[in-house]
Amino acid sequence: MVLGFAILLVCQLVGEMASRGFGLPVPGPVLGLVLLVLGLAAWGRGRPDAEVRDSAVARVGDGLLANLGLLFVPAGVGVIQYGGLLRAQALPLALALVGSTALTLVVTVLVFVGVSRLVGHRPSDEAPRGEGDLP
Amino acid sequence: MSVFGLWVYLSTAPLFWLTVTLLAWLAADALAKASGRHPTVNAVLIAAVIVGTLLLASGTDYRTYFDGAQFIHFLLGPATVALGIPLYRNRALVLRNLLPMMAALLAGAVVSIASAVGIAAALGAPRDVLASLAPKSVTTPVAMAVSERLGGQPSLTAALVILTGILGAVMVTPLMNAMGMKDYAARGFAAGLAAHGIGTARAFTVDTVAGTFAGIALGLNALVTAVLAPILLGLF
Repeated sequence: MVLGFAILLVCQLVGEMASRGFGLPVPGPVLGLVLLVLGLAAWGRGRPDAEVRDSAVARVGDGLLANLGLLFVPAGVGVIQYGGLLRAQALPLALALVGSTALTLVVTVLVFVGVSRLVGHRPSDEAPRGEGDLP
Repeated sequence: MSVFGLWVYLSTAPLFWLTVTLLAWLAADALAKASGRHPTVNAVLIAAVIVGTLLLASGTDYRTYFDGAQFIHFLLGPATVALGIPLYRNRALVLRNLLPMMAALLAGAVVSIASAVGIAAALGAPRDVLASLAPKSVTTPVAMAVSERLGGQPSLTAALVILTGILGAVMVTPLMNAMGMKDYAARGFAAGLAAHGIGTARAFTVDTVAGTFAGIALGLNALVTAVLAPILLGLF
């Protein structure tokens, strides 16, 4: 577990140093994500996927991702600090957030599926459903 | 130690609010599970409301709370890095979808910024509010940096980002089902693009492939919005 966590932190640290050092618009953890994928690709070359799946970093990572929502709770609670700021512009903000979020979801998924069809993918091949299907 | 003395100790000790956050999450997650992961029963929202109510009721300020909660908040960084694991596992599927992803990324990023700024501008929101709103769909650190550069209020942006994430996480499943979308890569990508990490957390509870593509969209949109937001805001 310690090894897996250390690998994630090293990736984040290197990403953070690159992001700040070069003044990149991408946050450190996102660069760390790229680094981890490259690292897994190098390490996983010639290894069966099962070995990567059971690796130390994968076990810690899966544990974190299984509880991803929890990690947003402190920031979510932080919204109470801005009650006054939000109330001052309540109507434009509420309509902008709801309208824009819905519109963004719809446009993004339509363009994705549209281009996917244009280049000849059938959605049924694309995404085998995982467990935990939803109504 | 008197009861009051005990409370004074507990309410300022990191241990107490850290424990409260974990317990609130367990309760909220149990509720979400009991609802069959119904989209409107969002565990992030419920847990934040529980904790927020306790803070207000006890007169505890956010800074004191965060002394405890920071240990959870800190894990957002390594968790973002960990999004690389499902990405690597699904690399074949990701590579096959490069073109749809790039097109959806550009379209989604433009719509996200332009529609938020457009709607608020039409309703008479002042300039600094528009600038605070423009990067609402991207992950908090990037959104705050963009907002600051545009002359917005980074703290307002942080709140708007969280609200967008919760709204997106609540809306995505019913919206996609109503549209009859069956491609879980596309659904997840939309969730991550519009609603960053909170949308991604929602996507993972629905489907692993959806979560993977949400994680990719979250990363890519951070980059694209940082470039596009100043240009698009200039149009209003």
